[in-house]
Order: sequence, then C-alpha cells, then structure tokens
Amino acid sequence: MELILIFFSAAIVNNFVLSYFLGICPFIGVSNKISSAFSMGLATTFVMVIASIVTWLIYYLILIPYDLEFLQYVSFILVIASLVQFVEMFIKKISQPLYRALGIFLPLITTNCAILGLALFIVLREYSFIEGIFYGVGAGVGFTLAITIMAGIREELDLADVPKPFKGAPITLLIAGILALAFMGFSGLITF
Amino acid sequence: MSDTLFIALTTMGGLGFIFASALAIAYKKLQVEENPMIAEINDILPNANCGACGKAGCYDFAVNVVDQKVDVNACPVGGEEVANSIADILGVESSSAVKIVPRILCRGGDAEAKKKPTNYSGPLSCSVMEIVAGGDKLCDYGCLGGGDCVTACPFGVMIMTDNNLPEVIEELCTGCGLCAKACPKNIIEMHPSDRNVFVFCKSNDDPKKASAVCSVSCRACAICAKNTDGGVVMNNFLAEINYKLFDESKIPFEKCRTEAIDYLNKTAEIENVQ
Repeated sequence: MELILIFFSAAIVNNFVLSYFLGICPFIGVSNKISSAFSMGLATTFVMVIASIVTWLIYYLILIPYDLEFLQYVSFILVIASLVQFVEMFIKKISQPLYRALGIFLPLITTNCAILGLALFIVLREYSFIEGIFYGVGAGVGFTLAITIMAGIREELDLADVPKPFKGAPITLLIAGILALAFMGFSGLITF
Repeated sequence: MSDTLFIALTTMGGLGFIFASALAIAYKKLQVEENPMIAEINDILPNANCGACGKAGCYDFAVNVVDQKVDVNACPVGGEEVANSIADILGVESSSAVKIVPRILCRGGDAEAKKKPTNYSGPLSCSVMEIVAGGDKLCDYGCLGGGDCVTACPFGVMIMTDNNLPEVIEELCTGCGLCAKACPKNIIEMHPSDRNVFVFCKSNDDPKKASAVCSVSCRACAICAKNTDGGVVMNNFLAEINYKLFDESKIPFEKCRTEAIDYLNKTAEIENVQ
C-alpha cells in the first residue's frame, strides 16, 4: 500500500514537472510532437529508474559507511551523467530517427534537475531500496504524463490562431501554468 | 582528516573509473557505423554552433550536408571558403555559382495600380501602412511602396524606383533574405538568379476586381496554365509556376494580356532567341 501511495504521489500529486517545476527545459523543448515527447518521457523514466537504483546503492553502501555524505551531489551527478551517456549511445544504436528527434535535449537529460532532484529526494526522505525504485518509476511516469499532455495540447495549438506576441514559448509557458493549476487540484490527497 | 580526504578521493576516483570503463565497453558494443565524411566536414566547419544555418549545430549541419539535405554553401558563417572545401570532400560542384536573389513579384507601381480615395499620410513604412487598412492601394496584395525592404537590406541592394516599386541590384546581393522577411505582403521571394520566368502578381482577387484595381494584375484567365502539364497551376485566382515541372517553351507569354506572367529580363531573352 505504502509503495502504491509513493508511486501515485510522485506521478500525480507531487508531479515533478507540474508541482515541483523540475525539468522544465525538456518539458518546453521537446513537447512539439506527441511521439518524440513520449519517447523523451520514456528515456527520462529509464534514466530516473536506473539513477534511483544506482544512487541508492552508492549512498547507502559507499557514502554512509565511509562518512562521505558530503559527496552525494558529486557522485550523483557522476552517476546521472554516465547513465545519460549510455542512454544516448543506446538510442543512437537502436533508433536513428528518435536520436535525431530528441537532438540536443537527450544529452541535456544530464543536467535535468528532475533526475538529480529525484536522487536527492530519495536520500532526504530516507526511502528504502524498493520504495526508491517505486518513487523513481512514479516520477518518470509523472514526467512522461506531463510532457505527453503538453505535446498533445501543443499539436492542437499549431492549428489555433494564437496572437502573434504569444506564439511559441510564451503560450507554452502559459499552458504549463494552467496545467500546473489543474494538477494543484490533487494537492493534499497524499502527503509524502 | 587526511583519512577522509584519502577515502573521498579513492571513492570518487574508483566510481569514476568504474563508470568510465562501463561506458568504454558500451561505446565499443553500441558503436554505430558513421559516414567518415561527417567527421571530416565537422572539422572544417566553424564549430561555433550558432544555428544560423537553421540546424541544431555544426555537427547536425555536417550530417545533413552529407545526406545532401542542405546545400554546401548553407553555412553563412563559413562563407565561400568552407563551402568550397565541403564541396571538395563531397565531390560535388559548389552550388554557390547560382546565387539566390530576391525577386519582386508585383509590377503594380503608382502608374499601374489604382489608389484608394483616402489619402494616407502616416510614416512611410510598409508595416505601418499594412496595419492601416492594408495600405492605400485598392489592391490588397500589391506592393505598398513604403520601402521596408530598402531599410531592411544591410547591403544597399534594394532601391525604390520613381514608380514606387523596389528594384534589386543583383551584384550587391548576398541572398540573406532579410528583404523577403520585411515585406508584409510577401511579394518578395528568394529565387535562384538564373530563373527568368515569374508570375509578377500576388493578387487573389477575382478577375473583376483584379482588372478594376490594377492594369498589370493576373486576371485568372488560366490561358498560361493550358498545355503546361502542371507547370503552371491556377490557385485561388492566381497563376502559380511549379518550377519543378514547368517548361518555358510551353507557356504562351504573348497571350497574357497584362503580362503578369513574363520574363524577368525581356531583352536578355530576345537576345537569346536571336
């Protein structure tokens, strides 16, 4: 039960993008098309899950026993950067079109604050190993959900007559704000 | 204290080493065969990653230029030098021989196009005139004569003639397309400089209105579109040339009453015929 609550808390109630405002860069940058947005969501989810596992292991098996908690930022960034490199190579191998569609935003997962935030939240909230994994999956699903909804709206928006000053980034930010308001409706349902 | 330092160093070093070796193995396993020309071209490019070519960066440009999706001279920063070296690597002719120049696709100057009975006396700028009821010409599609293209051009390529129409001095043109962007009526289009046949009208008015407001407008009689096999198509009361399909000899230029479809440079064409 606890695990399911953690999952939904990360995915919906405390959505990383729409309630913590982490990972806005790819959220705005890759939300032009549903297909590439969804793939970006999957790539981010993958990195999040692996990162939550590896950072948990590193923190509790290496950093804690040797009193090296002050190294958590550096080591987490190291883990995330390596993982992103790996994911990039992997995607380039299996799907060139997807690699091109994600473009510069793929290496930018490295500096995606959502992932570092996830790793730090897991430590901060003292989740167990399994809880950490569920939290990572939930956060990834939440990110995918948010970016896919956004892409859906933006695809429709291409056909709409948007006033010239609002075209492009401004209207996207406005929509992100309204989406965040909608997700505010869930706040308080689960307090984690 | 030095113990902590030592442990911290070994831990981070060890972690770094483990990840580095894992990545190195993954790199070998997951390596994708890439066209060696991409790396070669990437080295020549300015590597400023400025995005002026419209691509995500120099590497992306290199990938696209190898696939021949963009022209070798599409890097505005590198200029001719880079274009030529890329052309050498790819073994193609540098297409910079054919310049891209603006063409003004409206011949309705003050003499040809009728004006509205009102008298416009605001700033002499097309973008302002466009906001004020679409300009002071009766034709909603024609050149406003405000000279925004002249101001937009950093090279002094555009000049206004006495007839209040812009003219292009091709020798000075760099093909940047700023004039085409500045034109609120989208009359200016960028074309290869050796292209000689154009429809010099942008009016989507019906034939009756088109003939009432301007003496050189396209009247949508469609005579030019006949027998051209799609080389000229009628679209919304306007003849449009499909440059991929079109064959110059099939167009009956003499039958166009208003000379809306015409050679850009008549004298040059007559010389060619002779």
